[in-house]
Amino acid sequence: MTQKHTPLVNLKNISISFGGIKAVDKVSVDLYPGEVVGLLGHNGAGKSTLIKCLSGAYQADAGEIFINGKKVIINNPRDARDQNIETIYQTLALADNLDAASNLFLGRELIGPGGFLDESKMEAETRKIMARLNPNFQKFNEPVSALSGGQRQSVAIARAVYFDAKILIMDEPTAALGPQESEMVSELIQQLKKQGLGIFLIEHDIHNVMKLCDRASVMKNGLLVGTERVGDVTEDDILSMIILGKNPKVKV
Amino acid sequence: MNDDSKNEPPSSSQMGFIARFLNDTEIDTRLLGMLGALALIWGGFHFYGVVFNNFGAFLTPRNLWNLSVQTSSIGIMATGMVLVIVTRNIDLSVGSMIGVIAMAMGLLQVEILPQIVGIGHWSIWMMAVIVGLIFGTLIGALHGWLIAYREIPAFIVTLGGLMVWRGMAFLSAGGRTISPVDGTFALLGGGPYGAIGAVGSWAVGLTACLGVAYTIYAGRKSRIKHNFRLRPKWAEAMLALVGCSAIIGAVLLVNSYPWPKGIVRQYGAKIGQDLEGTFISHGFAIPVLILITVGILMTILVTRTRFGRYVFAIGGNPEAAALAGIDTKWVTMKVFALMGMLTAVAAVIASARLNSATNALGTLDELYVIAAAVIGGTSLSGGVGKIYGAILGALVMQSLQSGMVLIGFDSAIQRIVVGVVLVLAVYLDILYNKRVK
Repeated sequence: MTQKHTPLVNLKNISISFGGIKAVDKVSVDLYPGEVVGLLGHNGAGKSTLIKCLSGAYQADAGEIFINGKKVIINNPRDARDQNIETIYQTLALADNLDAASNLFLGRELIGPGGFLDESKMEAETRKIMARLNPNFQKFNEPVSALSGGQRQSVAIARAVYFDAKILIMDEPTAALGPQESEMVSELIQQLKKQGLGIFLIEHDIHNVMKLCDRASVMKNGLLVGTERVGDVTEDDILSMIILGKNPKVKV
Repeated sequence: MNDDSKNEPPSSSQMGFIARFLNDTEIDTRLLGMLGALALIWGGFHFYGVVFNNFGAFLTPRNLWNLSVQTSSIGIMATGMVLVIVTRNIDLSVGSMIGVIAMAMGLLQVEILPQIVGIGHWSIWMMAVIVGLIFGTLIGALHGWLIAYREIPAFIVTLGGLMVWRGMAFLSAGGRTISPVDGTFALLGGGPYGAIGAVGSWAVGLTACLGVAYTIYAGRKSRIKHNFRLRPKWAEAMLALVGCSAIIGAVLLVNSYPWPKGIVRQYGAKIGQDLEGTFISHGFAIPVLILITVGILMTILVTRTRFGRYVFAIGGNPEAAALAGIDTKWVTMKVFALMGMLTAVAAVIASARLNSATNALGTLDELYVIAAAVIGGTSLSGGVGKIYGAILGALVMQSLQSGMVLIGFDSAIQRIVVGVVLVLAVYLDILYNKRVK
């Protein structure tokens, strides 16, 4: 494992339970700048719950979060954003009745003179970033409910990228996309990686994991099965970690 | 991430004349629909009067002026109800709140304040209004707190409020009617003295015209600055012209409604002149000006501030709003507090107009307010609603109501018609939305 410098993110012994069920049980994972760490496991393994402790949607019952070696408290999504943590949720978390610019700036609206929303500036900025991410995008004045799955995804991604994220959480970003759109997301991940962002990628598709991730952390029933460098293991190794909950590299 | 490059709006040349017109002027088709419905109602009642009563009483300055006053209190509350419904809530208590707030203000200005500052003191009306506004805001905030922080459904909280506040209104004075209210306070309810006269109305009208022109100009400037699509010049000019004509028309209308002879004589005696036969215009009634002011402020709040944006985000997707760092509970509580404050404004107008406070004041208003918001295009599933729509909705409701009174329908039939229209309006709206999608 790379131990050259302090990790960008270090989640230590995170635990959280709901109604007596331990959704996440003393899980530790870390993430370095310019690295993509895949989070794998069955549905209900606790991946999304773990990551929501980092994005501020949940508060961990126990455990610590370190950003750049400094301990931080993340109580809500606002705290996470203050740490330059951006999240692309599986559901995309868009307000369907609002247009692209309103969604992109939701919670961080640009304010013009007089304390009023600067709609034009926000739309202009949205046009700029969308021109980079998705040059075909034209529906700036329609509610996002009128957009296709791929267009909605690009709005969610634009929101994460626009605000200079250092840490990006992507919860199954390609689940609802066609092959061509998935390919564009892959390219974007490579590109952001080069810019030095750290990315947690929750992903079910094992090929995508092998292609995009540097390391993979596998969870099962709320526990961490293990974290391996993707280059050191085979697809079958990872699959057996997911299915059997055993790390084949660790000899019993 | 996108394969359909055909999502640009079709260019003007591909569209029919009407579609091109709507596209260029960017007029909301729903607005046109509501204006059409209104024209139909107004014309229908007038025509009915002409044919069956030999006198069309609806399209007269007098009736339209009264209609504007009657619309004020429901219209003001409907603007608040838009925000309540947009956040996927409901407020059933506004009618009862009117009762209790009006009683509080009535007791204050008739029985309490005169003992402290003396009968007829100039500050009585102001203190009564301020206390009323605070009282209303607090009641609304209490509802909002129970709904947002204690997570009791809004339907239940405000249903409880409907009963509690009506009961309180009765208890506060043992069921007595408190009257007459302070003289200045009474002006807020309209009437010949509670209107601003011909000159004042022209001043308001011309200011409004300048406002329309400036809004169009500022909008165009901002679009040019950011290189957005511009409306064609003719469309901008036409919008300005239509807006101003409507305003001037309204001024001419309210100015052509004269004071009744008795009031002119009374006024003449007061100022020591013989005004017999003089034409004194009503002009805009004060409650109507309050409604217009509230409408403008609420529109700004909804479209130009973070608060308004958050209200709609919560209505569209509460989870997404929370994940975006919005304090959804606090916003919800503020929405109900605002509803309470607007209800207090409506209570001022309603009790001033009646010149008294009764414990039954505002009974059934909640239903008219909700109906106005819904007819105005507010979606009960949340996230969608317009302030001007709610005000027009209130005008539609009130037009039906007073139109039926004018042609002599009794109240049982009035209720049936209003009920049917409400259901029909929502059904048409659902059809419209399906077509749009």
